[in-house]
Amino acid sequence: MLSFVLRRLGQSSVLVLIMSVLVFFGMYVVSDPVAVLASDDFTEEDRIALAQELGVDRPLLVQYFSFLSNVARGDFGTSFVYNRPVMDLIIERLPATLEVAFLAIGLGLIIGVPMGIYSGLNRKKRSTKSISFMTTVGYSIPNFWQALLLILVFAVWFRWLPASGRGDTTMLFGIPVSFLNLDGLSHMILPAVNLAIYKICMQTRLARSGTQEVMFQDYMTFARAKGISRARLVRRHLARNILIPIVTITGLELGGLIAFSTVTETVFSWPGIGKLLLDSIHNADRPVVVAYLILIVLMFVVINFVVDVLYALLDPRIRYT
Amino acid sequence: MMEAALDQDLTPKADKPEPTRWERFRKVFKGHPMAVVGLIGISMFVLVAILAPWIAPQDPYDLAKLDILDGLLPPGSTLFDGTYSVLGTDALGRDILSGVMYGLRISLFVAFTAVLVGSAIGVLLGLLAALRGGWVETIIMRAVDLKISFPGILLALMLLAIFGTGVDKVIYALIIGAWASKARLVRAVALSEMKKEYIDAARLAGLSDFRIMTRFLLPNSISPVLVVLPMSISGAIGAEATLSFLGVGVPITEPSLGLLIANGNDYLLSGKWWISIFPGLVLVAMVLCINVVSDRLRDHANPYLRAKD
Repeated sequence: MLSFVLRRLGQSSVLVLIMSVLVFFGMYVVSDPVAVLASDDFTEEDRIALAQELGVDRPLLVQYFSFLSNVARGDFGTSFVYNRPVMDLIIERLPATLEVAFLAIGLGLIIGVPMGIYSGLNRKKRSTKSISFMTTVGYSIPNFWQALLLILVFAVWFRWLPASGRGDTTMLFGIPVSFLNLDGLSHMILPAVNLAIYKICMQTRLARSGTQEVMFQDYMTFARAKGISRARLVRRHLARNILIPIVTITGLELGGLIAFSTVTETVFSWPGIGKLLLDSIHNADRPVVVAYLILIVLMFVVINFVVDVLYALLDPRIRYT
Repeated sequence: MMEAALDQDLTPKADKPEPTRWERFRKVFKGHPMAVVGLIGISMFVLVAILAPWIAPQDPYDLAKLDILDGLLPPGSTLFDGTYSVLGTDALGRDILSGVMYGLRISLFVAFTAVLVGSAIGVLLGLLAALRGGWVETIIMRAVDLKISFPGILLALMLLAIFGTGVDKVIYALIIGAWASKARLVRAVALSEMKKEYIDAARLAGLSDFRIMTRFLLPNSISPVLVVLPMSISGAIGAEATLSFLGVGVPITEPSLGLLIANGNDYLLSGKWWISIFPGLVLVAMVLCINVVSDRLRDHANPYLRAKD
């Protein structure tokens, strides 16, 4: 296990390094922050002064290495647009993204897994057919358009829920959160539901296909032959075995969810890190884009690692030597 | 339900003539009306996309034909020049139906090109990895791991942020999104094929690696990729629409369905819903048709489920 951990750590650091090179040099090629930030009446001297102030007049390699050494100390530089440390911007917006993401995952698991087990156990029923059709529809609707539909129906036509923004926040351990007060919660519902619909469909399908596969295994036949009650069969023998892929994919998808929240946050003007990324891409705010992408890579590396370990713990057949 | 599955006679019936390709095709869809509807839907959308310049009521690219007075008309209005607009018009007076028909062209073109090229690259790399092994395999499979550990939409977003936007750039970004899963899939099948005797026989006959790969390995390892291809295409259609909606996809001069939806986004809150909703409906209908067919193909390819059909 230890050598496995060490090898994985080595691989991960190489991965992060490669991505940092790609992201940093890629962003350098595309955007000239001076051109974006300079107003029309800037003279040539003003431009040079601005470039010096931003540090973009130095050779590329020097910039990269100073960036790397800063990152090692947790400093991702200063945003060109907001003129504040990038880390502060991201940390400030992270709670908003996380609370919606966790609400969406919770909804997905609570609704999706039971629905999936049910339809896996009752293949021929009409209700199963309609669940299966619903998941196909849910899979097929592009996230952003679904968000527009939600806004149109619940915000424009019925006027039940607000269409954009975060609303009031309550301080929880010094972190502003929305889910503890009514106004914040009402702002949260549409973005969370928008993210959750895809989750629900995915969990339903995973649980269903898992159930279908496990039901054919010999140990299930044996368990039934022993006369175990149906409830116990489902709980002890079925649920435990199908949970393995579900845990894995939910874990892997947590990163995807946070990454994908760019779309939801943009449509609902939810002030999370996803919206920050998109705004920064449009504003050519290089330090923010670079920091966001590097952090996402780091997060994926950590998530993949944790999921692998969880996998080993859940399935005794897997042993890393 | 389990007893039924176990009791079923799984031995193939003897002395039946080998089914023709058409018969096998029909068998996949027989008794699955949803999948048939999906198939018909796909054909319709492709047909409309191809024929758009001839059947669209208006040419949305021809600025001379547009009249600003026709702007933001609800569905069922008659335009200034007498054309009947079934689905209404957008802010510039463009007929939504015509826009959707042309948008369909771009959406389908981008998705098909990207997935076909991406899959071809993936299949080639997967076969190469299986055939050569060693460091070739290590490099290819590490690259696959790297790609798959990253969410596709974010990767595309990043690439477009770096390289700029445009139809060609979107296609490149989607190609990069499409190859890895196919490489992994093909390699897994090809590795088990490699152990079979016909490959040894081909090797003994002195055939080149290239010939073994294209004539023997490829035809025997390709079917799982063909099964996931429709899903890949519908995914690419959705990804393209998302990127265009976010403003980093196709340019405004070549509006795909995603960009048409984005155009209507600003008018949604004032209740002018038709600009965004109709292109979206077409997008969903198309993706849904592809997914229904794709589900059918996947279920058919799964031997556990096929025994019960």
